[in-house]
Amino acid sequence: MTFEESIQRLEEIVRQMEQGSVPLEESLKLFEEGTALVAACTGQLDSAEQKIVQLMKSPSGDPVELPFETDS
Amino acid sequence: MDAKVYSVSQINQYIKTILDRDVLLTNVCVSGELSNYKVYPSGHHYFTLKDAEGAMRCVMFKGSAMRLRFRPENGMKVLVTGRVTVFLRDGAYQLYCEFMMPEGAGDLHVAFEQLKQKLQAEGLFDPSHKKPIPAYPQKIAIITSSAGAAVHDMLRILGKRYPLCKVILLPVRVQGPEAPAEICEAIRYVNRFTLADLIITGRGGGSIEDLWAFNDERVAYEIYRSQIPIISAVGHEPDVTISDYVADLRAATPSNAAELAVPDQLELCQKLQSLEIRAKQAISGQLQFQRQRVMRLKGSRTLQDPMNILRDRGMILDHLQKQLAAAMQQQLAGKRQKFIGFAAAMEAMSPFKVLARGYSMTMNERGRVVTDAAVVQPGDKIIVTLSAGRLQAIVQETEGETYDI
Repeated sequence: MTFEESIQRLEEIVRQMEQGSVPLEESLKLFEEGTALVAACTGQLDSAEQKIVQLMKSPSGDPVELPFETDS
Repeated sequence: MDAKVYSVSQINQYIKTILDRDVLLTNVCVSGELSNYKVYPSGHHYFTLKDAEGAMRCVMFKGSAMRLRFRPENGMKVLVTGRVTVFLRDGAYQLYCEFMMPEGAGDLHVAFEQLKQKLQAEGLFDPSHKKPIPAYPQKIAIITSSAGAAVHDMLRILGKRYPLCKVILLPVRVQGPEAPAEICEAIRYVNRFTLADLIITGRGGGSIEDLWAFNDERVAYEIYRSQIPIISAVGHEPDVTISDYVADLRAATPSNAAELAVPDQLELCQKLQSLEIRAKQAISGQLQFQRQRVMRLKGSRTLQDPMNILRDRGMILDHLQKQLAAAMQQQLAGKRQKFIGFAAAMEAMSPFKVLARGYSMTMNERGRVVTDAAVVQPGDKIIVTLSAGRLQAIVQETEGETYDI
């Protein structure tokens, strides 16, 4: 599941729970799923390291990915 | 005295010599309005420069015309630099132009306006053609110079806001004659191999000449054709280029582009926290509601003491039983009355009561009751039943009369 899909699913879960028409047992399941998604998304953001590559033409003519150093 | 006779060509040449020797006319700057502008297949430009009182024939040869950075149009006010000399064949003088600039505005500004109008008419700036920018891009391709502050600013801001997104840099020249072709090639390449969900192209600030690659027609068409959304980020806030008009989104600066391209992780964390709080409130609210429901039911009389149900049931049962008994009694009483009635009637009709009154019952030998004297003969045996006891008798005599009872 992409980050975007996780957020969308989370918003859907909260929408359903707030609507109030979900039976208690299912609400508890949704709550569990929601909490797990929050943890996953937060974890992804906290641990993410920016990946930067540079596309250069190699001698053969095919582009090749090289890491790009930033001054910082 | 004979006047000297000259040929046409001699006079033309004479005039040409005078003009060619004139310092002013060999290098003059003339201001006027363009008219009768014609571009010949040869590449030479022929036109007339005029003002309120007069006009002058002009020509601009291909070599000079190629250097024009804008498209001269009839009615335009221009400044022309060149030399005035005689075209011998026609016997006319012409201004041979080397340079031409629009008067008032710079030639590049004029060219900008001309291209802007042309592309707008073709629909390249149509809002309906613009694609939405992805909310959470996973890969961004940046097409810009690998040197300079622009790229570093963008990388820094992208890294700070949304490190989840991978950045692919395609370094290109962003000024000079080769720049437009390189920019176009890079945009094509990203599209061909779907290297990213989003493209940012642009450069840092500069003069209109420096930014000129992003006003190039080829770059405009390439941006328009791109299937991947493009954010255009050229120069500083007041600089607007053709690329900015064609792109799916315009950023005032390269840094602004990085802000528009990705969400901010701090805001995302807050959003996640807020969603979590809402979920907790929703579940806690639901639990509380259900708990209250249970409490209410628990407090009901019935649940408090289940025996109550039984007691209640018992009372109903007793009541029903009483009712049944009473009903039975009534029925029985009724029936008893009827029975007593019948019994009394029966008794009254009882033969034994009749016998007790002195009557007797007579039967023949076969047990048949005799009511008519005519059915017996003297000598027949008869049995007479009395109230008490029976008589076995033989008939002596019969008398035929019967009495009406």
